[in-house]
Amino acid sequence: MSTIALPQVEAVRTAGPRKKRMSSWQLWGALFLAPYVVVFVVFVVYPVGYGLWLARHPDSYVQLANDPVFFGSVVNTLVFLVVAINLKMVAALLLSGFFVTARPWIKWLSVLFILPWAVPSIPTILSIRFMLNPEWGVVNQLIFKLTAEDGPNWLNDRWLALSMAMLVHVWKSLPFWTMIMIAGRLSIPKELYEAASVDGASGVQQFKFITWPSMRTLYLTSTILSMIWTLGDFNSVYLLTGGGPADLTHILATLGIRYLRLDQVDLAMATIVCAMPLVLPLVYFMMKRLSR
Amino acid sequence: MKNVLTEAKLLLIGIPVAIWTLLPIYNLFLFSISTKEDAFAGKLWPDHPTLRNFEIVFREQHHFLGKFWRQLGNSILIAVAVGVITLLVATTAAFAISRLKARGGRLVLNCALFTYFIPAAFLAVPMYKAMSAYGLLNNQWALILAMITIASPYAIWVLKQASDKLPWELDEAARIDGASPLQLFRLVYLPLMGPSLVAVGIYALLLAWNEYLYAFLLLSKEDDLTLAVALGQFLSADDSPWELLMTTGLLYALPPAAIYYVFKRYMQAGLTAGAVKQ
Repeated sequence: MSTIALPQVEAVRTAGPRKKRMSSWQLWGALFLAPYVVVFVVFVVYPVGYGLWLARHPDSYVQLANDPVFFGSVVNTLVFLVVAINLKMVAALLLSGFFVTARPWIKWLSVLFILPWAVPSIPTILSIRFMLNPEWGVVNQLIFKLTAEDGPNWLNDRWLALSMAMLVHVWKSLPFWTMIMIAGRLSIPKELYEAASVDGASGVQQFKFITWPSMRTLYLTSTILSMIWTLGDFNSVYLLTGGGPADLTHILATLGIRYLRLDQVDLAMATIVCAMPLVLPLVYFMMKRLSR
Repeated sequence: MKNVLTEAKLLLIGIPVAIWTLLPIYNLFLFSISTKEDAFAGKLWPDHPTLRNFEIVFREQHHFLGKFWRQLGNSILIAVAVGVITLLVATTAAFAISRLKARGGRLVLNCALFTYFIPAAFLAVPMYKAMSAYGLLNNQWALILAMITIASPYAIWVLKQASDKLPWELDEAARIDGASPLQLFRLVYLPLMGPSLVAVGIYALLLAWNEYLYAFLLLSKEDDLTLAVALGQFLSADDSPWELLMTTGLLYALPPAAIYYVFKRYMQAGLTAGAVKQ
């Protein structure tokens, strides 16, 4: 809409007598823009600049490289990204097919399904934390009832705890991405499916030749966006494991905060700078896509 | 026969999805109506359901909960402040970019988008240092300002998208009638943007209500804490009263869920459309 309208504005702008008035409109434009510009300069530009200045010492990176926790966190972050995101996006894509099925009870289920996303992280993650408690948690009590054997100590082993953190992440954000995928599926013309079933196409064929080609772009964009957000998912790890056992389940987002809490701000900033090679290309991709 | 099979297949997906979704939330609810003994026994329904936990929380009868009402008030105050101010900042910016075509608008929009995409957990460390340089640490304004910074980029983006859809002829007509930019903003723009403004305001409000990391970094005086941080403090104790923690957690989780469902219509249209533009 605005691209069509733009030439008209230019036309008015170049009309001689109006010129002075247009500049007053420009003045108002600057005024209206000012509050956000102030917020951006004071709370983004200055902090980021200050942060980068704190991260300037090469020593910090040497220190980081020598800290085994840092290396472990990088590995954890990558595992988290690859496993959790693919699990979540594939589940969202498939579940969206389930939720667009026209049944009254599925409509009701979809209302409940949003809950993990609609409620704050803390209470639900703490609830899951207790469910995984080796002695009193409902999970291990169930395992004991069924098998008469003790369940594992879920949060006391690096990979088990990290898997649980990934499950928490999936639990929390799956509803949102399913909603996005549902929106994507609903925008595919129904006639395509009708024609396909008249021609005798199976469900799998319909998915392969109609659903997937229409959803591919959305799926890719969603994956990238989700990668950026997952890189900054502090809550799923911190509130479930606190980075433990023995700092083995940190991801870069929680590690930065850990250094900050230990009063090692230089290391905290260096950690964040180390995450930038991962973050910036994704941000660039998303900005390219959105500002088209 | 084929129909029965289809229904069975759907149920086979639906039931696990329902359990997966509701189990942690049900566990939260279960704890809130259980005595400590029942809660730790791993029962699916307590032997003696009780509202005693709520009474303890409401009367602040446990040292972890000494400031429950105060902290609830803090959470409300901060969420409302962030919602209102974000709305103000984002509405004016979107108006300037989309309708006034302000010089540099494109650049500002890109800056906002960039901020939106930088994960908030990475911005937290520099933000903490900056707030301390500004002398705002341990002041609730630090949290309010930080949350405005985080909420407004997306708010601007959504409002700009919505604003671009308004017919340009309206502005033309208003200008020909001699309307000032301020009148255009007040009389044309604001009334037409209603639904998007609701979505964005609620978005910022919920973001601030739910925030844990920034609140926990920027606030430390017991009187200033939000409920989120107070809940986090339970974790530091070995003998945490889990049934009270869960009760408080449930009370803390209810308002955003209720607000979400009341405004669902606005939220889903406004937010999913903006989140992923195809």
